[in-house]
This record gives sequence, structure tokens and C-alpha cells, in this order.
Amino acid sequence: MSVVSGNAWPANDLWPREHYLSSGFRLRDWLLTTDHKRIGWLYLASITAFFFLGGVAALLIRLELMTPRGDLVTADTYNQLFSMHGIIMIWFFLIPSIPATLGNFLLPLMVGARDLAFPRINLLSWYIYTIGGIFTLFAVIAGGVDTGWTFYTPYSTMFSNTAVLAAVTGVFVVGFSSILTGINFIVTTHKMRAPGLSWMRLPLFVWANYATSLIMVLATPVLSCTLLLIALERVLGIGIFDPSLGGDPILFQHLFWFYSHPAVYIMILPGMGVVSEIITCFSRNPIFGYKGMAISIMSIAIFGFIVWGHHMFVAGQSLYAGVMFSFFTFLVALPSAIKTFNWTATLYKGRIHFTAPMLYGLSFIGLFTIGGLTGIILASLAIDIHVHDTYFVVAHFHYIMVGGMVTAYLGGLHFWWPKMTGKRYSELWSKVAALALFIGFNLTFFPQFILGYLGMPRRYHEYPADFQILNAMSSLGAGVLAIGYLLPLVYLTWSLFKGQPAGSNPWNAKGLEWLTTSPPLKHNFVQIPRVTEPAYAYDRDDG
Amino acid sequence: MSEQRAYLPDIERGLRFLPEQASRFAGDLDIFYLVMVVVCGLLTILVFALICYFGYRYRANSHANREHIPSPRTSQRIELGVLTIMFVVFMGLFAWSSDLYLGQYRGPQSAMTINVIGKQWMWKVQHPDGAREINTIHVPVGETIALRVTSEDVIHSFYIPDFRIKRDVLPGAYREVWFEATTPGEYRLFCAEYCGSYHSRMRGKIVAMEQAAYQRWLSRQGQHDTPEVQGARLFSSYGCSGCHIGESSVRAPELAGVYGRPVPLSSGGTVMADDAYLRDSILQPQKHVVAGFNPIMPSFSGQISEDELLQIIAYIKSLQPEESGTTPPDDTTDGEEP
Amino acid sequence: MLTTETTDRRLSAQGPVAEQFEAMQQQQASNQFGMWLFLATELLLFGGIFASYVVYLFLYPQGFSEASNLLSLPMGMSNTAVLLTSGLTMVLTEHTINAGRRRSALLFLLATLALGLSFLAIKALEWHHEYQEGLMPVLGLAFEHSGEHAQQVRLFFHFYFSLTGLHVFHMLVGLGLLGTIAVFILQWRDPPRIARQVQITALYWAFVDVLWVVIFTLLYVLRL
Repeated sequence: MSVVSGNAWPANDLWPREHYLSSGFRLRDWLLTTDHKRIGWLYLASITAFFFLGGVAALLIRLELMTPRGDLVTADTYNQLFSMHGIIMIWFFLIPSIPATLGNFLLPLMVGARDLAFPRINLLSWYIYTIGGIFTLFAVIAGGVDTGWTFYTPYSTMFSNTAVLAAVTGVFVVGFSSILTGINFIVTTHKMRAPGLSWMRLPLFVWANYATSLIMVLATPVLSCTLLLIALERVLGIGIFDPSLGGDPILFQHLFWFYSHPAVYIMILPGMGVVSEIITCFSRNPIFGYKGMAISIMSIAIFGFIVWGHHMFVAGQSLYAGVMFSFFTFLVALPSAIKTFNWTATLYKGRIHFTAPMLYGLSFIGLFTIGGLTGIILASLAIDIHVHDTYFVVAHFHYIMVGGMVTAYLGGLHFWWPKMTGKRYSELWSKVAALALFIGFNLTFFPQFILGYLGMPRRYHEYPADFQILNAMSSLGAGVLAIGYLLPLVYLTWSLFKGQPAGSNPWNAKGLEWLTTSPPLKHNFVQIPRVTEPAYAYDRDDG
Repeated sequence: MSEQRAYLPDIERGLRFLPEQASRFAGDLDIFYLVMVVVCGLLTILVFALICYFGYRYRANSHANREHIPSPRTSQRIELGVLTIMFVVFMGLFAWSSDLYLGQYRGPQSAMTINVIGKQWMWKVQHPDGAREINTIHVPVGETIALRVTSEDVIHSFYIPDFRIKRDVLPGAYREVWFEATTPGEYRLFCAEYCGSYHSRMRGKIVAMEQAAYQRWLSRQGQHDTPEVQGARLFSSYGCSGCHIGESSVRAPELAGVYGRPVPLSSGGTVMADDAYLRDSILQPQKHVVAGFNPIMPSFSGQISEDELLQIIAYIKSLQPEESGTTPPDDTTDGEEP
Repeated sequence: MLTTETTDRRLSAQGPVAEQFEAMQQQQASNQFGMWLFLATELLLFGGIFASYVVYLFLYPQGFSEASNLLSLPMGMSNTAVLLTSGLTMVLTEHTINAGRRRSALLFLLATLALGLSFLAIKALEWHHEYQEGLMPVLGLAFEHSGEHAQQVRLFFHFYFSLTGLHVFHMLVGLGLLGTIAVFILQWRDPPRIARQVQITALYWAFVDVLWVVIFTLLYVLRL
């Protein structure tokens, strides 16, 4: 078998005669497909559109913040920009990003199944996602929404006169799409593993998606119920969060964060899964401490449910509730620390190939480390009093979600692109893009930590003049980052038409998905494979 | 627009990496923060260094020794070791931070309480002696100042970076925040919780002054009725005195001395008569009915503004039974007090 | 590869296996498991409102018990009885269809449908009653209660209408499903598949039953 070498794609030009892309080219073959691989593509196309939409909003925000005065857009427009940026990026890009695209495509392949357990529900979830997206776009057209992605009451219920209802409906609807995806993944992982594929042989990508699905299934409905109460409050005049009726606006925050904190783990666990696949493959080493990795994924998912109060340290919960939530938050950092350690240790005595996916993977480890450790700083009650709702928080969660999840998503896309399309992409340009991303990202978000500790509150349209230098650095970085995101769009699209065939296993990787052709067959496998070895049975000497 | 900007008290400053340390808490917090940054920085450098070192040493075409990788048992032990070390480090940091936090939030006895009301998009301030300000708070240094904060509309957040304090300002509830300014000067006040269109203009400043300068400032503010006096006037103009004063025909609880004492309720049990209780009793009289009384008091919700409420509460607090120091409401002619 | 077991003689275990599965047993287990997961999400959807309700119940015990007295306990009781009976007929539907007895399955299904509809009728009557009493503080309608704790009673009725409204919505979905299955039974095209659909729907219907019992307990019965 040919082997990955440092700088060349293997000369392997297998191209299957029949595969999932070759059967049916009409529009209805795509829109009515129940093939998980094609649904993965539907999701990929839609989330890419939303990603660039949310990205444009981000760029406008950064442009506005080049100067301390509000001179590019009005205050109201600015508020709508960051609200749309948050809503779109979180619910229409990050949450479905890895699970609904790579997960949809790969989960059945990785467990050795012909499809997910409920193919039609899988398609339904995409349609629900689309309907949610239409509501959100409608909210943008109908004058935008200015509540921030958090919809805090009583601002969202009684004071904002923007298209809150349309946006809330959009998010409410899209929640059901992730619930359905979650159910599908859980059932598939439980019931459809190939013979011999025990739980402890599952790739960590499957573990990560399984844990993510658990959170989706258990947390999303609480968000739905909270948004429903907001909608009822706006439409019917029901006042469960209305302080003038004796309702409690803090209750909204509890319900909201009960979902939205676990949702943060929806937005990072799949990335951890992807990186575990990449790091092992390109260091030709089994993962360091497989069991520890699987356990830490599950414990992050479970502990994630009891730390929501750390979003409310200054909102006036009792002192001791604050201390408890801080304690649990420190605890939830432990499994993350173990994971970072294990990825790094996986490199030890490996045979490391610096391919584009590997560059993304290593960037992920670095950025996630910074994001995670600043999370510890935020979990410290005393510091959080000072930096809560400042740019420190903004920088922290962008390190996790953008530096972590988006980097992992791009890494995964580069890793499995040859599998999904059967084509190779430009090696040089992909490395340039990975580098631009790493540099641009740090330039954008590192200055924001300093800004935050200096006290610049988030969601500020105008700011005191002495914050300008740091803000300008950040805006400059955003430009570089934008290049890092646009480049893959160009060369990956190019590869679809002009790329050389990749062959079934260009990286010489382990895992069931590499046993089938690239692109895979319509029903994935000629015969369901039988698994006889643990995951990542790499051999350091075969390269 | 320019008019809006005109009153924004911007404070000139150069580029810096730490905000000024202008309260007693700020110094303690910064030490902890710097330790945090050093610990986290070292861990980050460790990870980056290991990645670079392994990446170079075990690059695909190197001839490094790849024999003897740790067995699963060894790697499990290493993992547990790392876990234990991290656990100890994290718990240490947790204990330190919680200790700081509890110290900060429990706070010492305050010398005075200033009322602060947030509304879209300004801060309204009333000092204990009655002086009023908007978006600016003058305070003396070296004294513990408590702020009683509340909101007239949405949630705001009261934030002074140079003092390292922040507290959400909620509609329908009183929250307290306190600080002790150490250095005279002007410090920024921000609204940190997004509150609508001009959130970023809901800014103000804290002017910390030496005691003598503060006293001079106070005297320049002219004569004011204290909140107690203003509250006394409201107490009779809203008709509260009709029932709550001595020999009225309607029976209502006596208010003198009620503040700070437990009150027995008709539902059984007691409640501490604090600010929140008094506030509720005015706005939602039926919520806690005092034992032995009929629930006949009408609600004043929607009729009394937030500052008036604070004044009435101040008045009720000042009522002490058979005490000579307090001025009874009817004797106050114009509230002239030195 | 699993061998298909032939011991299961129920109608739902017959017929061809869907292409992504290896065996009918696997397919059925997956369907049931999926439905249970869905019901878990439903439970959490209501759970958020239940939790909020309990929070306020502890905050305003008197106001909420005063409000609870205003609800019609007889109507609530009869609705509980009606819905529990429909749960029974639904189970009987599942049993009869698995035995391949099409006619009695259809009868039991229609009975379930009728009971569900009468639940809705009683609920509508109750709402109308509350509307007349001026106890419907939604959509800007006047709220005409003037007891001791008027404001908290109002809050209680906000919960009441949110919870019962959401439950009625679930009933409507359930009745829609039952109606569709009734049509399928009349056509009788793919009996094993219909039997499986009945199994899944019965699970959902049982959930809607249980949900009502919880709502009934919280709103009508529980006092602090």
C-alpha cells in the first residue's frame, strides 16, 4: 500500500465507475435524496452560505470598530449586525457545522453501516434547518433584530421593536433539526455498528458526535421552551419573565444558559473528534490514552450540564451558588486539559507529516489551549466580576469556537475532502490558507484579551479613544483571517472540477471510511466490514 | 447626535495593558490575575514548545529513535499524574479566587449608600444628602461607599473597570455593590449589559476626591432635601400617612422601627424588613401581609417612580420609635438641613 | 450478520427490512429507541416550563393556590379519566393489530380518536368558561379577578394557558397521527408497516397521557 509522504499525493488514480455522486444528476435526486452522503452535501452548501453571511456581518463590525466613533453604521445597525452575526454563526453554522456535514457523511461509514438509522428523518432535518434559515433571513430583511443572540428579557420581550419574533421562530425551528440529527446519530451509534466494532473500538470522532448528540437531544428542547415563552410573551402578552407582574427576568437567563452552556460543548466536542483522527493519522501513532479520551469526551458532555451558572456571576445569584458553579467549571476544565495533553503526547515518537489537515489540527491544539486556559481565568469568580461582559469573554469564546471548532471543521474538510469528492486539492494553497488562518486568528483575537482586561465592554458601538490601537490590530487581523477562509472556498471548488483523482485511501489512514472507494459507493460498502482491531492501529514504521 | 455625545465624560488616556488600580480591591485582584496569566502562559508555552519539538524531532524523514513507546499502563499512569497535577493547580486557583470573591462581595460596613438608577441610556444618582447627579458620581476616597442599584427598564450592568467591580442592574430588584476608592481622580463608568440602541453611550465617570475636596464639592451643590425629607413629603402626598400614622381610622401596620426587624406574616412565618421587602410592600402589598392585618392596601405599582420609591424607603428607614433625632414628617417645613 | 429470528409472530415483525438495516429486530429496536429519545426531548421541552412553574409556586404559594381554586376540578378530573381511557384503547389497538385483527384494531383506534376529541371538547368548554369569567389574561383580554393576590393569579393563568395550550397542540398532532393510521388501516396496503406505525404512535400517545397527568397534578391539585 502506498504511503503518505511529506510533499506529494500518492500516485493512485483509482476512480470507481459507480458511486453515490454518479447516480442521479437531476435536482430532485438531490432535494429528495435520503442518502446520508448527499444530505451531508446539502448541509455543507447551506452552512457555507450562512458562514459567509455571518462573516460579512463580522467584517462590518470590525470595520466599524476601526475608529472609536460610530462613523460607519448607526448604533441600531451595529446592534443588528452583532445580533445577526451571533444568531447565524451559532445556530446556523457552528452547531450544525461538523455534526451535520462531516458527521452526516462519515458516521455511517465509520460504524460500517449503509446509512443512518432514519434516512428520511435525516432529510427532514435539513428541510427544517432550511425553514429556520428562511425565518432568520426574513428577520434580517424585515428590519433586523437587535437583542443580541442571547435574547435577554425584558429587553427582548418588552423593549425591542425589531423583528424579534421572526428571529426567535427561526432559532426555535432550527432547534428541531439538531434534535432530529442528534436522535439519528445516537440510534445509529447504538444499534448499527458493524460486527466486531465494540464501543471501545469506535473512532473518537464517533464518540465525539455521540456525546454531542446527547447534548443536542437533552439541551435543545429547553431552549425551544424558553424561546416559546418569549414568543408567547410578545404575541399573547403572557408575562412569565415580566418583572412588573412578579415574574423574574433572571429565570430566563437560567433557562437560556441551561441550554446555551451545553451548546458550547456542541460547538467544540465534534472538533475534538476530528482532531483526534487527524493527529493520529499524520503522526502514524495510535492515540495516546484512548480510554482517557473517550471518558473525557463523555465527562465534558455530562459536566457541561451543571456549569451554566458561570454565565451569571454578576447577575445576582447567591454567593454560594456562584462558588459552586465556579467549582464545577474548574472541574470541567480537567478533561479538556487531559485531551490537550494526550494529543500532544500522540506526537511523541510518531512519524509526523505536515499536510494541510495536520496544520489545521496542530493550530487547533494551540488555539484550543489558549481558549481553554482563558476559560479557567473566567471561571475564577473574582476575575469574572471584572471581565464579565467585556472583550475578554469575546476573545475567549472565539478562541474556542472559531480557533477551535472552525479550525477543526476546516481540518476535517481537508482531511476527508478526497473521500467525499474523490479529488485532490492544491497542497501549496491549502497550507497557505492554514497559515493565514492561524496568524489572522491570533492577530484578531489576542488583542481583545487585553482590551477586555482594560475594561472595554462587549457590544459597544463607540468606545473611548485609547482602546483604538488594540481595536485596529484586531480589525487588521480580521482581514487576514478572511483570506484564510476565502482561499479554501476557491481551491476546493476548483478541485471539484480540475482536481486529480485521490484514490480510496490517499492518507493511508485507518478507519472503516477508508475501506470503500472515493467517492464512496451508494450504499457505502460492497459488504459490511468486520472489525478486528482497535481504532488507530497505525504503524510508525510504514512511512 | 453630537448633543448626545457632548455629555459623555471621556477620560483621556494612553495605551496601557492594565487598567488603573483605583480601589482597594483592584490591587489584590491584579496580583491574582497576573499569577493566573503566568500559570496559563507557562502551560500554553509548554504545549506550543512540545508541539514544535516533537514536530521537528519526529518529522517524517528524521531518523529519530522511535522504539519503546509507553505501554498502555504507563500512559495511563502518566495521564493520571497529569490529571492530579492539574487538579491540584486548578483547585488552588479556585480557592484563591473564591476567597477574593467572597471577601469582595461580603464587604465591610459602608459609610454611606448612594442610590443609582439605570435607565435607557443614563445613570441617575442621588446622594444621601439629596444631591443629584447624572452620569457622574462624586465620592470621597478612603471610605467604603455602597451603591444601591436598580433599573427603570431593562437589565443594565454597573461597571467601573478601574475599581474592578461590576454588578447587574435589574428592574424590580435592588442590588448592592460597594468599593473603596484609594486614589483621587476620574474613572470610567460603563454599562456592561447590552441594553438597546445607545448601550455604548450609557457611560459616565466616578470622581474620587480627597475628603476635604469632597466636602467642598458637597457644599457647592447647594441645599437639597435629603431623601428622607423628600420621602416624608411623598409619604403624605401619596396618602400613605392616612393609614400608617398613629391614630388613623384604618388599621395599618406601624412603620416606626420596622426596618431591619423580622416581621410576622399572616401566612405564618416571618420576613426580614429590608429594602426589597419595603419595595414589595409598596408595589405588591398582597405579597407579604403582616399578621393581624387585612390585605386592604392598594398597589402603587406604576404610580411611583423608582427614585420616589427609594426616597420613601429612606424615610421609612429613618423612622425610629420614640427617638429624638428624627424629624417627624409634619414638622418639616422646607426640609432645610445643614 | 444477525440471523432474523422467526419466533416473533407479531404482525409488526413481518415484512421486508429497510435497506439500511440488517434485520427486522434491529430495525424495530432502532425505531423504538428513536421514539424514546424523542419523548425525552419532549419531556425536557415541558420540563423547562414545569421547572419555572415550581419556582413561582414556591415564591407565591398563596396566590397560586387561590388561582388553583378557580380552576374547575370536575372538568380536570373528567379530562384525566377520558385521556386515561383513551390510553387503554390505544394499547388495545396495538394488541389487536399485532394479532392481525384488522376490524377490531380499527374500532379501538376510532375509540381512541373519539376519546381524544372529547378531551379537546371538554378543554374548549373549560377555556370558554374561563374566558367568560375574565380569567384569560392573554392577547390583551381583560383580567377581571380581584382577589387578594390578583397579580399572582394572573401569573398562574399565564402558566395555565401556556401549559394547556402546548398540551392541546400535542393532542392535535397525536390525533392527526391517529387519523392518518385509521386511513392506512382502511386501505390495508402494507399491514406489517402499519403495525409498526401503531407501535410508535402508541408510545407517543401514552406520553401525551402522562404529560396531562403531570399538568393536572401541578395546576389543579398541588398546593403549598
